[in-house]
Amino acid sequence: MKQTFAELGYPGRLVAVEGLDGSGKSTQIYLLKRWLEMQGLKVFFSEWNSSALVKSATSKGKKQNLLTPTTFSLIHATDFADRYERQLVPLLKAGYLVLCDRYIFTAFARDVVRGCPPEWVRGVYSFAALPDLTFFFKASLEVSLSRILDNRPTLKHHEAGMDLDLSPDPYESFRIFQGRIFEQYLAMSTEFRFMVMDANLRIEEQQGIVRRLLAAQVNLASFQRG
Amino acid sequence: MPRRTAKSQAVKSTAPSVLVPKVTPKRFYGHGLPRIDVQALTGKLVVVEGADGSGRSTQIARLVEWLEASGHHTVQVGLKRSTLVSEELEQAQQGNILSRTTLSLFYATDFADQLENTILPALRAGSIVLADRYIYTLMARDLVRGMDESWLRNLYGIALAPDAVFYLEVRPELLVQRVCEKNQALDFWESGLDLGLSRDMFDSFLKYQGLMRDTFRRLQRIYGFQIVDGECAPDAISEDLKRKIEHVLRGT
Repeated sequence: MKQTFAELGYPGRLVAVEGLDGSGKSTQIYLLKRWLEMQGLKVFFSEWNSSALVKSATSKGKKQNLLTPTTFSLIHATDFADRYERQLVPLLKAGYLVLCDRYIFTAFARDVVRGCPPEWVRGVYSFAALPDLTFFFKASLEVSLSRILDNRPTLKHHEAGMDLDLSPDPYESFRIFQGRIFEQYLAMSTEFRFMVMDANLRIEEQQGIVRRLLAAQVNLASFQRG
Repeated sequence: MPRRTAKSQAVKSTAPSVLVPKVTPKRFYGHGLPRIDVQALTGKLVVVEGADGSGRSTQIARLVEWLEASGHHTVQVGLKRSTLVSEELEQAQQGNILSRTTLSLFYATDFADQLENTILPALRAGSIVLADRYIYTLMARDLVRGMDESWLRNLYGIALAPDAVFYLEVRPELLVQRVCEKNQALDFWESGLDLGLSRDMFDSFLKYQGLMRDTFRRLQRIYGFQIVDGECAPDAISEDLKRKIEHVLRGT
């Protein structure tokens, strides 16, 4: 069984947020970060799919539709490994509170929906320790969908899951795709001890819960700068 | 078997016959790739492994000549040749900026891209694919650098098991002579300088290539490929490889 950073003896702690696009998780982690920063704590924030070098290949692959489920999975794993080894691990060793907008569970959900074998995907990411705290923002599927789709955005090919041939209509494809990802999250939620957040609550209510839960689990005072 | 008509027999008597490779069952090493039917892969996958200076490229060039002359369509693949990430991989290597797992996954991405977009389509079309190195080099490099073997075996469970793998083995002392003669310089990665085995490049090369050879021998016991004495005369090696590949084509 995989271990958390605390169990592995790191002085730092990693907090991850997971959930569908439109679940409000990015807003919540941003507010959490602001709160921690203003207390003068050592905080670092990291986003999914953001390592500079890998980004060039990822965007090329997505633009030109070069990606298959396997290469899609591997290129995101490469991106994650780059951030993990160069930023997350050193900062956790240096005693930081690391906040991650999406972590390995995003890959577990998406890649499996795309048809990669679950054991293979988990094996690929097995170098990564588990978060000390994972918030899963569970909004009803309809709410998440309408938050994204109401503005009639231009959905990118992979974002809409168009590579899965679910529907020729990108919006319909997005709905089906997100629905399947949602099921994957639910299936993982017990196994990985997700803190399930009711993402239909008001922003402030959610933030209050997130702050209380974090403060209960982590001795925040020990993360003071300097 | 195709029906023999009078006409085809007439053709046969004037032109040398072209061997139609026997279709043999294929398999993936592990989980494989989603939505791939291995039964449709009628071509052959032949891998040549070996260090720089082992004579790999020479032998592959000769095999291509011979196979094409014998009427087989060939397709060549190698490491760091994917459309998807080859440029980025090159950049990363030049700068030596990626950590181990990242580089390893980057290479795996390059491999997977070529596997899905070049190797499998070519095999489906019935071509003979000649791979200038395969997952074994990638695994050996990582193993020498201390990466977890079970992690690597899971990662490369996506790979198709080749119909034949030849590892051209050459002593590090001879490799270094060949590389010096060819390039008048040693390469950072081929000398394993990132491992800190020695500050002296020449020493590091010998030590690193020795470790690589040991690792290949270990992988040989797992994957069962054929070790070829790369120190023999190139002609003798070619003849040996052709004989072995003929068996592969005949399915014997």
